[in-house]
Formats: sequence, C-alpha cells, structure tokens
Amino acid sequence: MKILEINHMKKSFDDLEVIKDISLSVNEGEVLSIIGPSGSGKSTVLRCATMLEKMDGGELIYLGEHAAEMNNEGRSVYASKKDLKRIHKHFGLVFQSFNLFPHYSVLKNIIDAPMSVDKISRKEAEERAMALLKKLGLEDKKDAYPFQLSGGQQQRVSIARALALQPKILFFDEPTSALDPELTGEVLKVIKELAQDNMTMIIVTHEMQFAKELSDRIIFMEDGVIQGEGTPEDIFNTENERIKDFIGKFAG
Amino acid sequence: MEFSFMLMQLGKGFLATVQVFALTLIFSLPLGLLISFGRMSKIFPVRLITKFYISVMRGTPLMLQLIVVYFAPFYVFGLQLPRSYRFTAVIVAFVLNYAAYFAEIYRSGIESMPVGQYEAAKVLGYNKGQTFFKIILPQVIKRVLPPVTNETITLVKDTSLAFVLSVVEMFTAAKQIAASETTIMPLMVAGLFYYIFNLVVALGMEQLEKKLNYYR
Ligand SMILES: Nc1ncnc2c1ncn2[C@@H]1O[C@H](COP(=O)(O)OP(=O)(O)O)[C@@H](O)[C@H]1O
Ligand SMILES: [Mg+2]
Repeated sequence: MKILEINHMKKSFDDLEVIKDISLSVNEGEVLSIIGPSGSGKSTVLRCATMLEKMDGGELIYLGEHAAEMNNEGRSVYASKKDLKRIHKHFGLVFQSFNLFPHYSVLKNIIDAPMSVDKISRKEAEERAMALLKKLGLEDKKDAYPFQLSGGQQQRVSIARALALQPKILFFDEPTSALDPELTGEVLKVIKELAQDNMTMIIVTHEMQFAKELSDRIIFMEDGVIQGEGTPEDIFNTENERIKDFIGKFAG
Repeated sequence: MEFSFMLMQLGKGFLATVQVFALTLIFSLPLGLLISFGRMSKIFPVRLITKFYISVMRGTPLMLQLIVVYFAPFYVFGLQLPRSYRFTAVIVAFVLNYAAYFAEIYRSGIESMPVGQYEAAKVLGYNKGQTFFKIILPQVIKRVLPPVTNETITLVKDTSLAFVLSVVEMFTAAKQIAASETTIMPLMVAGLFYYIFNLVVALGMEQLEKKLNYYR
C-alpha cells in the first residue's frame, strides 16, 4: 500500500523556484533517503509534505486521501481543514534542531501531544511514552529537562515524541547534522531499529554510508528536481557524473 | 501629633497605594497581552490603531492621562459622575497606561521565540490556541519577567501620581501631614514604606524567576 504519494510538487519563494517538479511515492514499510547538495530543495520537499509550507502546484496524498489535489492548471487545491486535521495524524517530522519544548520534561514532551491532540488518557499516554523511552534507551531521563540532555539524547527524545502519536510515516530532516560527530551514532542506531520494525520513513541525510545500508531506495535531488532514483546499489554504482561527484565528496 | 496617629494616616494612604498597585497589575497584565495581539495582528487597521494607542500612552505624561480619563466623561459625553469616580478614573488611567508598556514587552518576548517551537507544535497537531497557551506563552513569561519586574517597580512609585485626582494615597497623606505639622518626618517615613514595598515586590519577582529556572 502507498503511504505517501507526491505528484508534480512545485514550490517557489517569491521569484525563486525551489521545487520545480517532484514526484515520488513511498510504500508501507519502505525507507526512502533523499540526498543532494545543500540548497537543492530537500527540506522544502519535507516541509511541503508535512504542510509546514503550502505547495504551489501538485498533489499530496496520504494513504489514498488527498491532502492536496491539482486543478486544471496543475495548481494545488488543499482539502478542508477538517480533512487536513485527520490526514495530519498520518505523519510525523523529526527536525534537524530537535525543537523539543524546553519547559516540559522529557516525559511531558512525549505525552502532551497524544493527550491534548489525540485526547488519550494520561495513563495510556504514559505507558506509550515509557515503552518508547525504554526502546530508545532513555528510561532514566524521563524527568530530565531538554537542557540537561546531550544533543543525541535530545534528538532521540524528539523521535520518541513523534512516534508517540503513532504516525504511519516519519520524516527526518538531517537528523544528525546538528550533532557532534561522536553523537550521530546513537541517533542513526535508533533510526535503523525503526527500519527493522518496518517503520515507513523518508530521511534527508548527508550520511552516505547510513543511507546505503538502510534505504530501500535513494533519491538524488539537485536544483529542485530529482536527478536520479534507485536502489542504493543503483545510486552508488551510477554512471551519472553529478551523482558520482556528490557521493565522492561525502564518501571521501 | 502622636507618632502613632501619623502612622495610622500613612497606613490608610498605604492601603490606597497598594490598591492602585494591585488593581493596575491585575487588569493591565492581561490587557497588555490583548493589545500585543492587536499590535501583531495580520489585519492592518488593527495593527495601526494599536500602534498609535501604544505610542500615545508611552509618549504623553501619565499625569495628563489621569486628568483626561477623569474629565473626558463630562467634557466629551456630558456625564456627571460621582466623586467616587476619582478612584475608578485613577485605576482606568493606570491600567490603560501600563497595558501599553506591557504590550510592547510581550510583543518583543513573543517575537523572540524561535520559529521551530511553532513548527514542532504544528506538526504534532496542536491547534493555534494550544500552541500559544501551552508552548509559547509559558516560555514568553520566563523571557519577559525581567522587564516586567522593572515596570512593576516603576508602578509602585507611579502610584503617587494618584494625588492628581485627589485620591489620598500614601504620598499625598504624607504631604498633608508634613504641611500641617511642619515636619518632613512623614515624608521620610513614606519613603521608607515605598522602599520596603519595592523590596517585597523585587523579592517576589526574584522568587518567581527562580521558580522558572527549572528549565533553560
Ligand atoms: N522560507 C523561505 N523563503 C525563501 N527562500 C527559501 C525559504 N526556504 C528555503 N528557501 C530557499 O530554497 C532553496 C532550497 O532550500 P532547502 O529546501 O532548505 O534546501 P536543502 O534542504 O536541500 O538544503 C534555498 O535556496 C533556500 O534559500
Ligand atoms: Mg535542508
């Protein structure tokens, strides 16, 4: 089953055309990595997919439900507020800079949205949160505040916070870019475990080795378009000079 | 005059001072938030009006505002208001004035919040009200506490302006006694009262700040 389908996504900021025409889809349990040079529009794709930005053109479909349809001119027409609210529950997003709520403890960061958005009971929310914390190796941090945690721990908490809402698909925007090199491992490990649990994920990353090991498919983006797409094997053995160049830089 | 009698007179004035202080805070703190919303509104006329309001409140003497609030009902609407309106007028003028200052403090606090907090809340499904009251406002309160403390301490001293409308707060009481007894002692005692009052206010705010220091 297709969890996400994006067709002909277009997005400009004023006169700057950032996303020119992007189509992609992700099946249940699939891990898709997006790589590409800085400024190529990777974050913008995720921000449009998670509705932090409105796309100008194209369709956005979660589990067969249209968040945005295309009209005759190809421009995006968004669904009603009520429908969007429901569709919103299908996805979660992990930010490069964590964006934890600093005034909430680790536990509260994780249980608050399920309680105040999904209206589940505190008991159930706490059970869910504790199971997640245990899985991510953070049980003993439940009463800590974000400022007391390392970057790697903060990012793991933000992953737990997203998972607590039980999304069907999780987006990661360079989840380890803000971390010291010695802390990236613990976050990548957690994402790998999620992949083993068949979590559907789209990951924007500069960690080439990680993308290669983990992904079912990799997309190479440049200048707002998809320059290449395929299995890790395809991408890492491509004849496409741009992709070769790019991978070379990061592998080197 | 007995020293104890003087203290009693001052005490009465002190009570009025505390009333002006407390009522002003109770109404101007929330009103300031409302005005800051207007100041940041997407609707241009609303933004313009609140901006003008704030600039007038900050750009003219509070003493003049007190007089305007007191006399406006009569001169503008021809209303005859009872003498007791004096106290109400004092509170109204103080609230309108301080709300303008608080609005600007809140605005800078709200605008200093990182956009990532809004985005995280949005992706998690919080609606606008939840985002503001659960995520943004608590952090804004922590950020604006120091400037709010400054305003609050200024307010303690500003309460003496109530004399303009013949509301006998502590400073007026002290002046009256000082004039009739030809001694500056009551004024000194009043000064001490203000000082102690402000110490207590500062201490209270410090405690609040400490309480909010559980996170960064
Ligand atoms: N809100 C915005 N306003 C204006 N320009 C933007 C905005 N967001 C992104 N851009 C521009 O869009 C381009 C792509 O950005 P981005 O999607 O962040 O790329 P990437 O994540 O691949 O580095 C960049 O040139 C960036 O400056
Ligand atoms: Mg980016």
